[in-house]
Amino acid sequence: MVTKTAETFPNQVDLSAPVIEAEHLIAGYQDKTVWSDATFTVGRGQFVAVIGPNGAGKTTLFRLLLGLQRPLGGVIKIFDSKPKRGNPHIGYVPQKHGIDQDTNIECLELVRLAISGYHWGVSLDPGKERKIALDTLTSVGGEDLAHRSLGGLSGGEMQRIFLAEALVSNPEILLLDEPLSNLDIRRSEELVKLVDSVVRSRNVSAFLVAHDINPLLPFLDNVIYIANGKVATGTPKDVFTSERLSALYGVPIEVIRDSKGNVAIIGVSDRDADFVNPNRCVGCGESK
Amino acid sequence: MQHAFEAGTIIAIVAGVIGYFVVLRRSSFAAHALSDIGFAGAAGAVVIGVNPVYGLLLFTTLGGVGIAILGPKAANRDVEIGTVLAFMLGLGVLFLSLHAYANEAISILFGEILGISASGVVLTLAASIPILIVTVIVYRPLLFSSLDEDVAEAKGVPMLLISIIFMLLVAVATTFSVQVVGVLLIFALMVTPAAIGQQLTKKPVYAIIISVTVALLATWLGLFIAFYEPYPVSFFITTIVFVLYLFVRYAYPRLKRLRRTQTDQPQPNSQPI
Repeated sequence: MVTKTAETFPNQVDLSAPVIEAEHLIAGYQDKTVWSDATFTVGRGQFVAVIGPNGAGKTTLFRLLLGLQRPLGGVIKIFDSKPKRGNPHIGYVPQKHGIDQDTNIECLELVRLAISGYHWGVSLDPGKERKIALDTLTSVGGEDLAHRSLGGLSGGEMQRIFLAEALVSNPEILLLDEPLSNLDIRRSEELVKLVDSVVRSRNVSAFLVAHDINPLLPFLDNVIYIANGKVATGTPKDVFTSERLSALYGVPIEVIRDSKGNVAIIGVSDRDADFVNPNRCVGCGESK
Repeated sequence: MQHAFEAGTIIAIVAGVIGYFVVLRRSSFAAHALSDIGFAGAAGAVVIGVNPVYGLLLFTTLGGVGIAILGPKAANRDVEIGTVLAFMLGLGVLFLSLHAYANEAISILFGEILGISASGVVLTLAASIPILIVTVIVYRPLLFSSLDEDVAEAKGVPMLLISIIFMLLVAVATTFSVQVVGVLLIFALMVTPAAIGQQLTKKPVYAIIISVTVALLATWLGLFIAFYEPYPVSFFITTIVFVLYLFVRYAYPRLKRLRRTQTDQPQPNSQPI
């Protein structure tokens, strides 16, 4: 009795192929298209931000990559194969986890579960699993958290655990769904730097969903910008231009850069206002 | 009395194990709902002259699968579950009134393990061994999906299947726990011992061991005292676990802190972020 997992997966994955290829991809559900005409390619070791207003379909993109949803049209390939569930080449850090203050379970246990938790039965080599889990935790600077309870952690500490959880299988792709949402500026910066170091040291392609592009700008290779049913991809320089965004939103948008290179976007409606950092003062030169 | 100890031991082990996952998945209300739904089945069985355990089993199984299929979030939907269980209790009251045997009512509501027969013990064992085997088989995916739903799903854990299997395990465990403590006091075996285990340790395996130990001790002690005192077994079991829980939840942490400050050791959990 084996669950449909990585083991039943074709082993021959062409790791020299582009990591992710999308061509005229359409995402949605039976009665509703969320976004369409997404065409992009992502290579190894790229740090990609996935940006857009709430409900635009950023999580939908992740679900397509994870094989949890089928595209309505177009093509999407991961290492030249169709996305499948239980892909060991993808590490996933979802937005919510079922953990609250009362959860009294050791952090190491959760990281350990990511190694073999999708197999039936009990683990035959818990010692080896614990070692791998501890090593992965250490690689993200979380070794002190190993024996602490999941329930007592701060937001920043939890993100470290979740990151370790995603990295145990040594994936080539990392999907992070709004990991910065509940963090203050300093923790946010720390996490972004951590993800960047993971990207560079492990040659991992990371996709990070965020609301505010600016903390990520110094580290980004590419942006996938989803809004209004449309998808724009490219480098931040290409995507964050008034022309591109106006075309995407269908209304006049102005992109302004301050002296530090921060981006401010003007003209977005109130509905999408939470995408634009409300604390940003245009032309003030103030950043953090 | 010997049969009561045999059955009680088996049931305490099963309740202690399954209870851990009930508490972990925050499904204690769903577990309680299952026992109330089972009550209607038991009362109905009495009316048609069948062993109430079979009525319990049928209704808890159907209820369990129903809750699982309604979706993983259904286990948290207090209002829907509460409405259904109130209706079931009403049905049960109707059935009992048709039958007019007050003793049966007391047994179902509060447990009557002392009256269990040899065949009852065999039935309990026959149901419990598969439960424990299935629990071992689903241990990892169950733990994983309980702790981190989305990642477990992404990694290929069959979420609906695990949900259904879990609710079936709870249904059967509840059915037999009802024999010891009754429909109304099901928490005493299925929830409180596991809650105590979770308070005391961070490792799931140890927590399960503690949960089983507490359930066993409470059951044995309860049966032992009931042998000498004319009060119901379920009362003693419930009181014992309650007192233990209060101690572990409130007194023990204070004692730990006191001991730590006395020996002047730095607190391991107060690290800066």
